[in-house]
Amino acid sequence: MNGELAIRARGLSKDFGQLRAVNRLDLDVPRASIYGFLGPNGSGKTTAIRMLCGLLTPSEGGAAVLGIEVPGHSQDLKPRIGYMTQKFSLFGDMTVAENLQFIGEIYSIPGARRKARIEEVLQHYDLVEQRKQFAGTMSGGQKQRLALACAVLHKPELLLLDEPTSAVDPQSRRDFWENLFRLADAGTTILVSTHYMDEAERCHRLAILDHGVKVADGSPQELQGATGMNVIEVLADDPYHAQTAISTLREIASVTQLGIRLRVLVPESVPDACGLVERVLSDRGITADTHLSSATLEDVFVAVTLDPREEAA
Amino acid sequence: MKRLGRLLAVTRKEVRQLRRDRLTAGMIFGIPLMQILLFGYAINTDVRNLVTAVADEAQTHLSRDFIARLEATQVTSIRLQAATARDLEALLRAGEISIGIAIPPDFDRRVADDTRAAVHILVDGSDPTIAGVADKLRNVPLAFDTRPQQRREQLVEVRNYFNPERRTPVNVIPGLMGVILMMTMMMFTAVAVVRERERGNLELLINTPVTALELMIGKILPYIGIGLVQLAVILVIGRLLFDVPVRGSIIDLYLAAGLFIAAKLALGLFFSTAVSSQFQAIQITFFLMLPSILLSGFVFPFDGMPLIAQWLGEALPVTHFIRLTRGIMLREAALGDQPFALIYLAGFAVVAMLAAALRFSKRLD
Repeated sequence: MNGELAIRARGLSKDFGQLRAVNRLDLDVPRASIYGFLGPNGSGKTTAIRMLCGLLTPSEGGAAVLGIEVPGHSQDLKPRIGYMTQKFSLFGDMTVAENLQFIGEIYSIPGARRKARIEEVLQHYDLVEQRKQFAGTMSGGQKQRLALACAVLHKPELLLLDEPTSAVDPQSRRDFWENLFRLADAGTTILVSTHYMDEAERCHRLAILDHGVKVADGSPQELQGATGMNVIEVLADDPYHAQTAISTLREIASVTQLGIRLRVLVPESVPDACGLVERVLSDRGITADTHLSSATLEDVFVAVTLDPREEAA
Repeated sequence: MKRLGRLLAVTRKEVRQLRRDRLTAGMIFGIPLMQILLFGYAINTDVRNLVTAVADEAQTHLSRDFIARLEATQVTSIRLQAATARDLEALLRAGEISIGIAIPPDFDRRVADDTRAAVHILVDGSDPTIAGVADKLRNVPLAFDTRPQQRREQLVEVRNYFNPERRTPVNVIPGLMGVILMMTMMMFTAVAVVRERERGNLELLINTPVTALELMIGKILPYIGIGLVQLAVILVIGRLLFDVPVRGSIIDLYLAAGLFIAAKLALGLFFSTAVSSQFQAIQITFFLMLPSILLSGFVFPFDGMPLIAQWLGEALPVTHFIRLTRGIMLREAALGDQPFALIYLAGFAVVAMLAAALRFSKRLD
């Protein structure tokens, strides 16, 4: 929190043949914070993370990670970062303790300290009972705890987590985030990618990626306050017909059904948005309760990732 | 120090995984055992007991005696009698016999006549080995040979060094060591790296401080041990079952094997950096398997091959290794007697290892 940046990227780009997976990404990640990458599948989250830890060479641009230039000196970076892959990547035919032992040796943690540290993370990540279990036979939540335990075994300054919660149940996800907050409190910087809104909301700051482009960044509150959209919530008896009716309006940006409610995004430039929606509904004889609401992160996400062509249609 | 620690960590992990992988562990002993038994017992270039039919149109005392002598050579095993030479041709074509012996009605008279052949031996030339063996029948002597014995000094005398009994296993097993080591070493290493890529372990490993060279060497160390154990298995079985000698120094033999194993492992690692699945790794191994058996001098003598095939053979490490093993085991040669083979193996190992380490960048692109 001393204002220093853990990651500073400028113009980071990656091309795979014709496809530009990440396009001129600028990124400032403060130390000891949890920074989120929010975006749908294929939005460039994984590619961006891989470039930051030196796994991929950027086509253009570069970054300073913990003060080390990437690409170029990524080998110096390895001992100081922890990385958790999207897919479980520990050894399924070795036990939990053996996996931790191997990772400890690879990071050259000296014998006595390694032993103590392994006990510590086994306790901490609730893996004591699984100590002798083969990693391949564990549940999704247990595997994920083991992966995190291995990633933090050498006490890295920066943790890069690539969709760490995509294969686990909600309870495990909550526990996992508790662990992340504890790590951040202890001074670890965490960069985490996700496509879950509730997770994004818990980040200190986040960047929204869409088709390789950063379309917004800031704290969740800042993002919610700066959508440039009015959010109108419509409670209708017949949400389907209400949605069809509202969709005919040229002025609106999007309409999404959530249960029996509809959330309508209208650009702030449109005057009396609420009245507009009410009129189109009453014209069609649909009874509905309409009121202005505040933007959720999901609304932000919808607003910033709108395809301009869709908007025009 | 840190480097060595990481290297050994990789080795320990590899050994641990290998012990748990029963199929692979079984193959380490199963492949040499099965191959040595198959090659040792089944393959025999010193052919005996070829199925033979006789058409004895003479039916004289002399002809019957001649047939008995043919059978006594053990080259032929007379199973069928035919009426005429034409019948023999039919049997030959049908594949029922390998050799037909046609004795014409005027056999006795022809024996006396030096200008004409007395007997026709029909040979199934579709198998060159049989044709070669049948040649030996030329020298079968006749009883009642009334002509004066031509006891003239032989112009050429052939002496068989190193394998006077001409036992095939003595020739095959030193070569088999090369083939077995090549197959297992290359396959295990190629698979060992690709498996980690398939299972995603590699993405984790390349994010740790371990370097490409540490990872590569750490991975192949246990397999060098395995290769040396396999060599011991082959030598012991060869000795016990087939009485294959090791006339030279066993240390020389192990040194040569060490070099060859290193060359093969390095090549396996190089392939593993080029293929993307375990299946492809195994395909490449099999692709190289056939030339290694056929062009290395393991089965067919090197000198008989056309020049291009010889060049290809020279490029294969297994060719040089087989030369070394045959030299050390059978000809009591010292390691230094074939310096080119040694240099080639060592050079091959170094180049392949460097190529593997260069290709295996710690990046994904």
